[in-house]
Amino acid sequence: MKRILFFLFTALTIAGPAHAGIDETINNITAPIASFIGTVVFFKVPIAGANLPLVVLWLVIGAVFFTFYMGFINLRGFKHAIALVRGDYADPNSAGEVSHFQALATAVSGTVGIGNIGGVAVAVTVGGAGATFWLIVAGFLGMSTKFVECTLGVKYRNENPDGSVSGGPMYYLTKGFEERGMVGFGKFMGTFYAIGIFIGALGIGNMFQSNQAYVQLNTVAGGALDGYGWLVGLILAGVVFAVIIGGIKSIARVTEKVVPFMAVFYCVFAIIVILMNFASIPAAIGNIFSGAFTGEGVTGGALGALIIGFQRAVFSNEAGIGSASIAHAAVRTDEPVTEGYVSLLEPFIDTIVICTITALVIGTSQVADPNFAGDATGVAMTSAAFERQISWFPVPLAFGALLFAFSTMISWSYYGLKGWTYLFGEDQTLQTVYKLIFCAFVALGCVVQLGPILDISDALVFLICVPNILGLYFLAPVVKREMQAYVAKLESGEIKKFKH
Amino acid sequence: MENVVLLAVDGSDGSDRALDHAIARAKQGGAKVIVAYVIEWSPYSFNTPEENATRHKRRETEIERANTEIVAPALAKLQGQGLECDGVVRHGHPAETLIEIAKECGAAQILIGRRGHSGLKSLLFGSVAGNLIQTAPVPVVVVP
Repeated sequence: MKRILFFLFTALTIAGPAHAGIDETINNITAPIASFIGTVVFFKVPIAGANLPLVVLWLVIGAVFFTFYMGFINLRGFKHAIALVRGDYADPNSAGEVSHFQALATAVSGTVGIGNIGGVAVAVTVGGAGATFWLIVAGFLGMSTKFVECTLGVKYRNENPDGSVSGGPMYYLTKGFEERGMVGFGKFMGTFYAIGIFIGALGIGNMFQSNQAYVQLNTVAGGALDGYGWLVGLILAGVVFAVIIGGIKSIARVTEKVVPFMAVFYCVFAIIVILMNFASIPAAIGNIFSGAFTGEGVTGGALGALIIGFQRAVFSNEAGIGSASIAHAAVRTDEPVTEGYVSLLEPFIDTIVICTITALVIGTSQVADPNFAGDATGVAMTSAAFERQISWFPVPLAFGALLFAFSTMISWSYYGLKGWTYLFGEDQTLQTVYKLIFCAFVALGCVVQLGPILDISDALVFLICVPNILGLYFLAPVVKREMQAYVAKLESGEIKKFKH
Repeated sequence: MENVVLLAVDGSDGSDRALDHAIARAKQGGAKVIVAYVIEWSPYSFNTPEENATRHKRRETEIERANTEIVAPALAKLQGQGLECDGVVRHGHPAETLIEIAKECGAAQILIGRRGHSGLKSLLFGSVAGNLIQTAPVPVVVVP
C-alpha cells in the first residue's frame, strides 16, 4: 500500500498539470461511441410519454413469467434456501467440497458492488423516490429468474479433465438445446452468450466499478484528483493486473474475505444514518409508495419510475444476465435444483436488503433537505447523504467502494474469461490477451464520465440477457421437472436433514 | 464399549509422541487404534470463483497428501508392532470432527499430542486438545 501511495505521489509531481487534459481527450473520443451503442441496444418504444427500452421489457416479462411458472418459488423456496445455506442438508461425507454457503457468498460478492451504493442513487435521481419501489419489485421477481438460471448452471456444467468445473449460460444453452435435438441452435446461442459475456464483462463488472471507485476517492480527496482519472485508473488496473495476470492470488483472497465484512459494516452504518434521520422516515417511505404510482416530477410518470427501477435493479442483482450461474456452478451437489434455491437469496440480499437500505439513506436525507447533494449523483450522492449525519463516513465509504469495486472486477474478469475460453479454448496466451484487455478497460473506466459508461454498460448487459432469457424459456420445463422431483424426494423423506 | 482408541495426528512431534503412547496403550490392553487426521475446513468461508472451480480436485489432493504423508506412516508403525489399526482423513472443524469420528467408531478414549503453544498463541488460534477436553464425550489423553 505504501508503495502504491509513493508511486501515486511521485507520478502526481512528475506529471504535473500538463497531463490533466488526458482525461478530457479520452472522454471526448469515447462519448459518441458510447451513445451510439446505447441507442442501438436500447431501442426505445415511446409509451404514454415514457421511453420504454425493449430490453427492460424483455427482462420484466421473463421475471414475471418465471415467477408464475415456478409457482412463486421466490416466496415458497425462501425458507428451504436458508436451511440449505445453513448446511442442514449437507452430507458430512462431502465435507471439504464447495458448500452452498461458499457458492452463494462468492456469487454475492461478485454481485454486491458499486451498483448497491451508486446505482441506487442514479435510480433515485432519474426515476424519483418511486423508482425504489419498482427496484424492490424487480428484486423480488428477479429471484425466480435466478432460481432458473442457477439450477441450469449446475445441471449442465462441464467437468474438465483437470478436475475443475466450468458452468454458466454458454454451457446450459449448448447442452440444453442439444438434449432437445437442436444442436446447431444450441451452439449458436452458446456462442452468442459467450461473446456477450466477455464483452459485457468490460462494462458492468469493470468500467462502471472503477469509475465510481475513482469518483468516491476524488470526493474524499476534496477534488485533488480532478483530471487524474487516468492515473488512478492505471493504478487500479495495475492491481487488477497483479491479481489476474501476475497470479498474486493473495490480494483476491484477502478482498474476498474483507468484502462481506464491509457489506455488513455498510449496512450497519446505513441503518444508523436512517435512524438519525428518524423524523424523515415516514415521509421517505410515503414518497417511495406515492412516487411509484404517480411518478411525480419524473419523465414518463409512474412508468418512467418503473423503467428506471427495473433497469437499476437488474444492473445490481444481475438476474437474467446469467453471470451468477457461472459462480454457482462450482457447488457440489447431487441435486442441481438445490443451488437454484440458494441463489434465490442473492437478489434478496443484493436488491431487497442492501439497495433498499441505500435508497432509504438517500430518501430520508432528501426529505430533510431536498438539495443535500447539490448536483452530485451516483456514489457521490450516497456519500453526501452519509456525510450529512456522520462527517467522517465518506472516507471508509471510499475504502469500501474501492473494495466492492475490486471484488466485483475480479469476479467479472473470471466470468468474462469463462466466455472467452468457451470460444477460444484454454490456450494460456489467448487468456492473457483477454486479461490485458480487461485491465485496459479498468483504466479507461476512471477517465470516461459516468453518463457514457452507464450507456455502454447497460447496453452490453442487456445484450447478454437476450440469448440467456430466450434459452431460459426453452429450458424452464427442465427446471420445473427437477424441482418437482426434488420436492417429492423431500416430502417422501428420501432427502433428509443431517442436522436437526 | 469396544476396545478402540482414537489417535488424532497432525504430523507434529507431539503427535509422534502420542503415537508412541498409543502403541504402548494398545499393546497393554489389546486395543484397536484409529488414526485420524482432520484437514481444517469450514463450509462458511469466503472464496474466489477460481478457488471454488478447482476445489473438488484440491480436496482430493489434500486427502491424498494427508494419507500418504501423515496417516500411512503412523499406520505402518502400528502394523509393524502387530497392532490392529485403521486410518481416517476428513475435512472439518478439528475438535468437532474428531468427536464425530470418535462416536462413529465407538472409541473409548481419544489420544492427542500437545503442541506446546504459549498462552497467547493458543488464545489466538485455539487449541484442538483444549477444545477436545472441554467437549469430548469420552476421556481425552493429552500426551506432552
